[in-house]
Parts: sequence; C-alpha cells; structure tokens
Amino acid sequence: MTETAYNFAYLDEQTKRMIRRALLKALAIPGYQVPFASREMPMPYGWGTGGVQVSAAVLTPDDVLKVIDQGADDTTNAVSIRSFFQRTAGVATTTRTQEATVIQTRHRIPEVPLTEGQILVYQVPIPEPLRFLEPRESETRKMHALEDYGLMHVKLYEDISRHGHIATAYAYPVRVEARYVMDPSPIPKFDNPKLGDCPAIQLFGAGREQRLYALPPWTQVVSLDFEDHPFEPSKADHPCGLCGATDSYLDEVIVDDVGGRMFVCSDTDYCEARQAQGHRGKDAA
Amino acid sequence: MYVAVKGGERAIGNAHAWLAEERRGDTAVAELSVAQIREQLTLAVNRVMAEGSLYDRDLAALAIKQARGDLIEAIFLIRAYRTTLPRLGASIPVDTAAMACDRRISATFKDLPGGQVLGPTFDYTHRLLDFKLAAEGAVPEAPLRAAESGPVPHVAGFLNREGLIEEAPQDDTPPPDLTREPLAMPADRALRLQALARADEGFTLGMAYSTQRGYARTHAFVGELRIGTVAVEMDIPELGFAIEIGEITLTECETVNQFKGSKTEPPQFTRGYGLVFGQTERKAISMALVDRALRWQELGEDDQGAPAQDAEFVLYHGDNIQATGFLEHIKLPHYVDFQSELELVRKLRREAGADAAKEAVQ
Repeated sequence: MTETAYNFAYLDEQTKRMIRRALLKALAIPGYQVPFASREMPMPYGWGTGGVQVSAAVLTPDDVLKVIDQGADDTTNAVSIRSFFQRTAGVATTTRTQEATVIQTRHRIPEVPLTEGQILVYQVPIPEPLRFLEPRESETRKMHALEDYGLMHVKLYEDISRHGHIATAYAYPVRVEARYVMDPSPIPKFDNPKLGDCPAIQLFGAGREQRLYALPPWTQVVSLDFEDHPFEPSKADHPCGLCGATDSYLDEVIVDDVGGRMFVCSDTDYCEARQAQGHRGKDAA
Repeated sequence: MYVAVKGGERAIGNAHAWLAEERRGDTAVAELSVAQIREQLTLAVNRVMAEGSLYDRDLAALAIKQARGDLIEAIFLIRAYRTTLPRLGASIPVDTAAMACDRRISATFKDLPGGQVLGPTFDYTHRLLDFKLAAEGAVPEAPLRAAESGPVPHVAGFLNREGLIEEAPQDDTPPPDLTREPLAMPADRALRLQALARADEGFTLGMAYSTQRGYARTHAFVGELRIGTVAVEMDIPELGFAIEIGEITLTECETVNQFKGSKTEPPQFTRGYGLVFGQTERKAISMALVDRALRWQELGEDDQGAPAQDAEFVLYHGDNIQATGFLEHIKLPHYVDFQSELELVRKLRREAGADAAKEAVQ
C-alpha cells in the first residue's frame, strides 16, 4: 500500500525533474560531477540520500527494485530503503539481480553481470576522488576542469614507493573515457573491472555533497595504475564457505573467539542462487 | 555452523517499538503535551525553528517531543518535513526597523532613541537552581508598562550619519535559495548569511568565539540586539499590492567592528549581521561575528588562515543535519570496505615481514 499523502516515490515532480535534468547532463558528460539541489530526505545524510533521490527520480510504477548494502539484500539499511520505496512508490521488489530493473547499492556491484535496460544506482559518500588530496571544492573543480590529475598520480606513486603497492583497497579511483577521474564510491577494487563496458546504466548520487554523476552503457572505465604496477583487483584468497564460489567477493565472518573464521559471498543473492543449484562450500550444512 | 544473518526487517520493527516506549518513559508520569513544550520550552522550540528553517512553533514542539528532546534530531524532522512543502511564493523583505521590540539593547550607546529595553533575558539572573520550580510554584505576575510608541531606529544608522561606519550595501538582487540550489563557491554574502542563519548554534558559537580569541580578530561591539515581532507581507499578483499574512518573532544583531582601514577602504567601523527566527540571541550574535570575519576579502583585510575566515570551511561544515548524518553513518555496515582493507594490511604485513618477526618474538 502506498502512503497517499506523498507523491509517487516520495519526491514531488518538480524535484524529480530537476534531478532527471542533472542525470541527463551527467550521462552526457560521463564521470563529471553535476551539482544538484539535493533535498533533505526522511533518512539521514550518510544513509544513502543521494542514491534514494536518484532512485526516486528514475523509478516508474512498472519497475522492479532491488536494494543491497554490502552486497546483501537483508542488511538493515537495505531493508529500510526497500521498505521506503514499497511504502511511497508501491513498486515490486526483488532480491534477484536478473529480475530487477533498478538496483540501488551501497559498496558493491552485484556478481551476476548486469544487462541492458537495468539501472544501477550507487550511494556515494564523498564523490570527489581528489578530496583527500585537496579539501577545497573550489580547487578540485579547477583541477578537473584543467584535467590536472598530477596530484593523484603522485599519491599512487608514493604508495608504491612506500609499500610496494597502491594502498587503496576500496573507492579505487578510475578514469572515464580518458577524461574525468571518478570515485566509483566505496566499492572494493575487486568490483572496479565491472564498471567499464557495462550494458547497464550506472548512476551515482551523493546527497549531502549535492553531486550526481553517471556512466552510460558501454563506457570505457580504467582503474588508475602504472605500466610497471598494473591494477589488480583483489579478494580474500578462499572459496565461499557456503556455495564454494571462487569468483565472488567474500566477507570474512568470525565464528568463535579462538580465531575461527569463514569466508562467504558478500552478494547474498548470488550465493543463494548457487546453493539452490546444488553448489556446496566446505562450511555448508 | 554459520547461517547468514537474516531478520533485519524484524529487528528494525522491534527497535522502533522499543524506541516509542522509551520516548514515553514512565507511564505513571503524566505525558508531556505539544502545547506544554511550545509554551514552556520556547527557546528549544526557537532553535528548532531557526535551524530547521521553518517558522511553526507547533511543529517544532511536536518534533522535540518525537525526538525525545534531541534538538538536532528535531531539526532534522522539521527539515525533512519542510522540503516536501510546496512553494507558494516569497514574502517581501521584512522591515526590522519597524519591529515591535520585546528586547532592544545597544552596547555602544548608553541611551538612544527607542531606549534600552532589557526584555525577558537571563543576562542578570544569578545562576542558582530555583528549587521552587521543582515544587511547581506559581509565577508572580510581571509588572506591566505601556509600550513606547515612538520609532526604534537602528543604531548603525546614527554612526552612518557621520560616515563612521561603512554603508550597508543596497542590493535588490533576489538572494539565491540554499534549499533549492546546490551550494556553490565562492558564496556571496546573501548566501553566506542564509547558510549561517540555519547553521548549528554550537558550531557558529565556536567559530565566533575563535575570532574573539584571536583567530581573525575583529573586535566586535554589539551595536544593537533586538528581539520582537515583525509583519510578514506578500505581494498578491491579483491585488497588485502587498498584504500582511502574519507576523514572526526575530532576533537581529548588528555588530560594530573596529577597522583600521585597508588599501582600498578608509578607517571606519564595519558591520557584522545576524538574523535568526525566534528569541535566539546567542546564535544571532555568533552569526554576526562570523559574518564579519567572512567579509575579509571585500574589505581588503589579510587572509590570516583562520577557520572563521574560510567560507568553504564554515559553510560546508556548519549544517548540523549534514554533519551529524555523515558522522553517524559510520555506524552502518562497512564489512566490504573493511574486508578489502584487511586483505591489504595482511598483504603489506606479509611483505614487510611483520608477521614473521612477531612469531619469532613469541
């Protein structure tokens, strides 16, 4: 049942139009951060208000919505956002990646490859990849305009000279169509290769920071690296304890207080589907 | 045997039920009514209206009740409500010179037209706990006097006649709307004042205090502080003239700041300005000091690198709803990022030989 006091998907049509215009601009300039007049939402900043506004702007009554947080459909905030759209938009929801037309995510890209016609909406805390190198927005906007990414390369180089590796494990910066350096949101770098040449539309919303950006389908997205230190996606070097998958990103779960641990797929839908197909990991019942 | 955690939905529902119970407290104690909050916790109501940017005492009181007295949570409720309201139009600028003042003081002149009116202030109370209040004592009636009928002109105007204070720049450009446009830098004064008017009281106070202690010091006198009601008028297109649609209580503070002059400006006094909903004088004075500190560029002053001079720093960090949201979001699950950091730290330690060294010690 929808709450009739509010418009479809909560936001009024004028606000949705403003967001859609910003999204169109974002799609036209892949990787460019478009300022938008983010609204106060009924959930706090930091809880995915940017993603929620983007989802609200793109949802239609026929859409099937999936919401994940940390790859899982049943984490508390994913549950909360899903029920928000059930209440305010009355849209159908699913946990199956293949069935969803709009997927809102925090910190992961689903394991099952996305397809044409799907929209993946990311919740973004700090949209500016240069923010931790330069705290001033006025400066970072200039750096993007001038394509001045030297500072970022110096940072990566310093990592290599100090640690032997680029010491960034998530929110690993990417370059879009050889132009804008973009923050892919705090997804593990394991997910970075899924950003490029993706048949789905990828939209990024940062509510508190009032920025939107986008990757249209089949966009070239390259994780920053050096010829002699190529980018390496990484994950825990184990198969999933429940479904035995060796190709999925894993969460480490502490199972006792004497150092026992197991590794399970962070993408719960992927893991459950594999188990339903009869795959079993070493810790499965 | 590990089973993936389920039941987030039920946990949330139960948490909400528990919260509602805690909010009510001991049911043997009478429930607080919204009207009681509105009438007896007025300064809390004022703060919620000011930082929530919505002038509605009943809604602010309701928000305080719902938020269990957490004022930032109450402000958040008001903001989230306000953003859904349709915009019917804009009022014409309120005339604070025509304010019906409950309180009007100047720290720069002993007496002045309109007089010094203390009004309902804590200023000269002795901060001794009044145990009579605990016993629900009746309040003695305050003596009455007829209000002065004469005009209450702004103090800065007197200085202006002698040219001792900078002109208040007259500008009829419609101000930008922070709630409908993304904040953009550089921000002009109208936008800065708008952001400060809804900024967190504690943050604004801290910023203002830092200027007093020497971080971009511009010694401020309270030229005038006035609290009272002003009429809100709106142009009605069908009528062709403005009509009064209500009145609101405002606190206005204008500071008079020392200024020795710069390359571009002669020695004169300069102004800082604060205007806030309700009786909220700590906030209004703080706002005026921060406003003045942020004006260093237009007055040709030096950049001292002080936080209160830095518009990006002040405006991007003064909003308590943004700040508390981002701060508190670190409570949300971060398993995935943390896992990737774990892998990285393990790898770096392995390569640095740290684990081998640790084992050798053991």
